[in-house]
Amino acid sequence: MTEYRGWIHQRQKELMQRWYARLDESARTGWPPAICLMISGNCVELLEAFGIVPIYPEVNALQLAIRHQSLEPILAAEELGYATDNCAYVKADIGAYLMGLTPSGGRLPRPTLVLCNFVGCNTYIKWFEHVAALLDAPLYVLDVPFLRGEEPSPADIAYVVAQLKELVQRIEALTGVRFDLDRFREAVRCSQRVEALWSRIKHLARREPSPFDAYFDAITLMGPLYVYRATPEGVEFFERALAELEAKAARGEGVYECERFRVVVEGPPPYPYFRAFRDMFARWRATAVASTYSTVGGIWEFGFRHDPDRPFETVALHMLAHNLTNRNYLQRYDQIRRYVEDWRADGVIIHFVKSCRLFSAGQGDMRDYLTKVLGVPTLYIESDLEDPRYFAEAQIRNRVDAFFEALERQKRAGRRMIAV
Amino acid sequence: MEELIRRCEEIVRDVSFPTVRRWKAEHPQGKAIAYFPVYAPVEVIAAAGMLPVGLRGAGDRLEIQHADARFGSFICSIVKTTLELGLTGHLAPFDGVLFSSICDSARNLCFVLKRNFPELYVDFLHLPHNPESASSRAFLRSEYARLKAELERLAGRRIEEERIREMIARYNENRRLIRALYEWRAEEPHRIRAWELYVLVRAGDVLPVEEHTALLREAREGFARRQVKPRDSIRVILESAFCEQPPLGVIRLLEDAGCYIVDEDLTLGRRWFREDVPVNGDPLQALAESYLDRSVASSVRHDWRYPRFRALLQKVRARRAQAVIFLIAKFCEPAYFDYVLFKRELERAGIPHLLLEFEEKMYTFERLQTEVETFVESLLFD
Repeated sequence: MTEYRGWIHQRQKELMQRWYARLDESARTGWPPAICLMISGNCVELLEAFGIVPIYPEVNALQLAIRHQSLEPILAAEELGYATDNCAYVKADIGAYLMGLTPSGGRLPRPTLVLCNFVGCNTYIKWFEHVAALLDAPLYVLDVPFLRGEEPSPADIAYVVAQLKELVQRIEALTGVRFDLDRFREAVRCSQRVEALWSRIKHLARREPSPFDAYFDAITLMGPLYVYRATPEGVEFFERALAELEAKAARGEGVYECERFRVVVEGPPPYPYFRAFRDMFARWRATAVASTYSTVGGIWEFGFRHDPDRPFETVALHMLAHNLTNRNYLQRYDQIRRYVEDWRADGVIIHFVKSCRLFSAGQGDMRDYLTKVLGVPTLYIESDLEDPRYFAEAQIRNRVDAFFEALERQKRAGRRMIAV
Repeated sequence: MEELIRRCEEIVRDVSFPTVRRWKAEHPQGKAIAYFPVYAPVEVIAAAGMLPVGLRGAGDRLEIQHADARFGSFICSIVKTTLELGLTGHLAPFDGVLFSSICDSARNLCFVLKRNFPELYVDFLHLPHNPESASSRAFLRSEYARLKAELERLAGRRIEEERIREMIARYNENRRLIRALYEWRAEEPHRIRAWELYVLVRAGDVLPVEEHTALLREAREGFARRQVKPRDSIRVILESAFCEQPPLGVIRLLEDAGCYIVDEDLTLGRRWFREDVPVNGDPLQALAESYLDRSVASSVRHDWRYPRFRALLQKVRARRAQAVIFLIAKFCEPAYFDYVLFKRELERAGIPHLLLEFEEKMYTFERLQTEVETFVESLLFD
């Protein structure tokens, strides 16, 4: 076991189990209401204001994959007509619904509303159209303008705020629950606090050695970040997580006894081979000091926070500009550049996942930028985040080994290598 | 008539964009703005004194040598050939390229182009996916106003509202003619062959609208004069090739195998509105409202008031089609997704369908031919 396992992991498990228990309760009793939404730039604060429990299909899909249960639902969805080249998250989710399969073994409720927070990923729209059609549930697409310029325009913000307010009315009508602005502000206040804590955790990875892996360990923290961000339990969890990691940093403890390499990882992990993939980096004692995947739900390490004094506007800003998927591709290049420079990384790992074109279409150009413009050593590997059929373990391991061997040689020689 | 169709075929296939070069030679101050599928508010571009050009990849006319390394596996061909056009200098006649929110690969391509061609004006239009919200109208109007301001900057002059209204009228006329040809083709598919109508309409991608309108009129007369006899074919709707385009050979093959193609979505962008865009009042508002309320159903636009699977069924009935052939570009995720709900809807209604996959640069069609022939036979002798 290479990674750190402490209170964080135990508590994370409990929190996620409690979430699934609430979903099961909702399925059994019809209360609390449940709403499907997407991880990317999610507006969970608004749901929390209504006491609604979120259903995150992506979390369900990845939980199935990590437990090696994703292939069967993927095949079930392909039977229905999905193509081998459709996003396997969607297929696993739809297939699991058809089979009545859930990661917890409990039941999932029929959503009161299918809320597609369209934040960059076009597949989200199709996915939720399908969920709504197959479950015969109402659908609302919250259309978030893609970040075409550096910042969202006043028209972009006004459009999202107007839709959030429409959404409030829609939820009121569907649940019979009156919207409570104070409760909304309280949820936003919790998020603001969690974001500050999460940001401090991310900045701990700038230390050498980093006390945690900002790719693999960050994933452990991401569940609570999306499900509990707007709640007091979330605040408590992140307070203790930060304290635990700060203590580790104060003791000078890294992820490994001796941190040999610091890398930035771009792209989601291959969940069906999560352990094997992690081990490929562990054997080189390579720590991810930053990752783009951990910013899908929100980018907080550069200072953005929700604000209880401007709840609707900051929820809109978060959806528009402060999450990875709604930012444009060149902004992602720049995000990686900042990580490499400020988190002092030796290289970048690009993991192309077949399922996700939002992440992967154009990563060859990204590599061209990183290697030729920035001169950063970059490894490019391909597999999938959900479908176990696309993981060529030996081949990926060879490439990872070749990369770190070369990186080590270059380090020793005091020169910089470029790409593998 | 045959000469006219041959000319259209030639200009559609020529990736050196001769019509665009000619237009630029005739308009030394003029700029050409390309737009990636499916739709763009061409009226605003034309009102700026610019030539809007529908960019549809390079088909089978360009070997991919550089773009593969930038886009990797599992990405559709049109994204790669469009970048290849840029990397091989074929986009030289253009001053700008527009993209819109159609899919994840196209969106990333927009920004990859932007990085690789800093001299080009590359922009991304967010076309809304929430027509149910009243606020989407004001938003889209502001998005068009933003585009207008960018084009004014590029042109170095103001775009007058009156000029946009004038262009709306010209494009309305053009779209009206195309819609009428489609109606007519559905009535007499033996008179207007699918591949002919296809090249005729697609030629509008690379021609000034007035010139294309004249061409459509000429073709209309030519079709009317034709002496033709009905063939023994089944009436089919072709669906899902709304972005990357199949080789012309595939369309011909479908007809030769015994299909009357009574509707398709190949050139959807050229007949995007079900009815005219209003020519009175604020023209940007008219374009925005038309996009939200008068657009055809499409795989690249969300509208749950009238889901596209229902629209397909409606189209099947209106065109009295016997079957649907899904012609999906390899790795086209929106089309693959829509197929699932399309299929469900058609099966509930008992309408036969066939799924075919293509790539713009494919050159052997034997397998497709066998599949189509088998399908047609199964229906003819059912």
